[in-house]
Amino acid sequence: MLNILKSGFFTTVQDIGRFGYRDKGVPVAGVMDSFSVSKVNTLLENEENCAVLEITMTGPTLEFEQDTYIVLGGAEMSVTLNETAIENYTVYKVKSGDILTYGKLLKGFRAYLGIKDGFDTASVLGSRSFFKPITEQDSIKKVSGLPYAECKQFNPKISELKVDSVLYKSELEVYKGPEYGLLTDKQLAKLFYREFSVANENNRMAYQLNEVIDSNKVSMLTSATLPGTIQLTPAGKLIILMKDGQTTGGYPRILQLSDMAMSILAQKRSGDLINFKLK
Amino acid sequence: MSDFKISVRQFGVHAILVEWPIKVEESILEDILQFIQYLKQNHLDQKEWEFVPAYNSLTLICKDTVLDFDYFKPKIKEWYDIKGKIEPATRYLWRLPVSYDLEFGLDLKEISGPLGLSVERIIELHSQNVYTVYGIGFLPGFMYLGGVPEALEVPRKSNPRPKVPKGSVGLAAKQTGIYPQDSPGGWNIIGKCPVPMFDVKKENPCFVKVGDKIQFYPISMAEYQLHKIESEVGIYNIEKIVLDA
Repeated sequence: MLNILKSGFFTTVQDIGRFGYRDKGVPVAGVMDSFSVSKVNTLLENEENCAVLEITMTGPTLEFEQDTYIVLGGAEMSVTLNETAIENYTVYKVKSGDILTYGKLLKGFRAYLGIKDGFDTASVLGSRSFFKPITEQDSIKKVSGLPYAECKQFNPKISELKVDSVLYKSELEVYKGPEYGLLTDKQLAKLFYREFSVANENNRMAYQLNEVIDSNKVSMLTSATLPGTIQLTPAGKLIILMKDGQTTGGYPRILQLSDMAMSILAQKRSGDLINFKLK
Repeated sequence: MSDFKISVRQFGVHAILVEWPIKVEESILEDILQFIQYLKQNHLDQKEWEFVPAYNSLTLICKDTVLDFDYFKPKIKEWYDIKGKIEPATRYLWRLPVSYDLEFGLDLKEISGPLGLSVERIIELHSQNVYTVYGIGFLPGFMYLGGVPEALEVPRKSNPRPKVPKGSVGLAAKQTGIYPQDSPGGWNIIGKCPVPMFDVKKENPCFVKVGDKIQFYPISMAEYQLHKIESEVGIYNIEKIVLDA
């Protein structure tokens, strides 16, 4: 069990997501920054779908009950293991009674804690990803620990990885969305030749942007949306659906983020600048 | 024989959007459901693909692979042209109990004026109709129902409620439906259904699927309480009638 001494701002268990229920209105959920998590799980020689902790903005304080191995990834935060500073993308052995403390957020927005063989919390509809009310909890709480299997001995093939800073650029690669054709030249000019800033309304469901483009009053029939779909509202606002985003929508889907752009955006917070580049 | 002109478009690298003419029509929905059945039976493995129908569209999502759209675009058109007549999955008419008690029907009195109908008449009209499920989305188990009679068309509330209780039956413009969980919402609330629309403990967490039909029938407060308990302990049998029989 991993005991939660402090839960942090918003910390959840996530795997790659909940597939097969979108026709029932269930969002995919899963890790926001899959680029970072795949590196974390690779270092631990875990299956791709092993569940990790997704730590948003301020991190938790955690106590390990069994021996195991961990890897940190994603956002850069000052983290200590029993008061010794530790780094991202390095395999560390932890012992029963060890304490992991997250401090200051240095760069990015979402950090990940991977553990050998993943967290063994309840799987609901084929996934451990927290999403209320599919799962009982929306984030980890002090009262409930997180189960994991003990691992006494593990000799990683690679114990350290240099990850370049591809995550920290502002350019997001996009594809044309289904309703891209509705955009006027004026709208296109604004969309591709200026920067946008992330609004305060940003979470696992959607990221809104502060700047608006000219609105179009097109009504369309409700149709499927995907993580990474950028919707244009009648007021000209841009809403980027993220992993917990709804499965259908009625606003024009003008752009679609690439998988890498999803990971880049997942590391942005209020006020950060982004721009779009058509692939 | 295929009746409609469809368009096939790339939607990111993991999905393909197939669209029918922009109309809310039973015949289009029927054609979409037939096509899903045909694709599932002949070409697209259900373990790899998700099929999301809504009104005039079908979105095909393949979770892992980056799709070769140049391969799929002509293939999907070809499959559509040769699919012929095929039986869609069995559809049901679900009869769902609703208590229109004023304790639950928070806006019944308020909409009575603008509609020019008595509360009794609103309940009668709402429960007489048979509605078609054109989509499921917005929230897990939230149905987009078509078929609201013109006499019941009333605008959304100008101030949405921060929290509409789970099970509430709403009415707004051409739409009616049930909030499957507590949620913010701007629809006028006219009653409450004791049957949960989404239950993660069930193998099929949502009994309704796109293409099914829904009819509401009025029950008393006492019946509501009874059915709610029956649903919670898992002994409530939802009344269903096989369509297409």
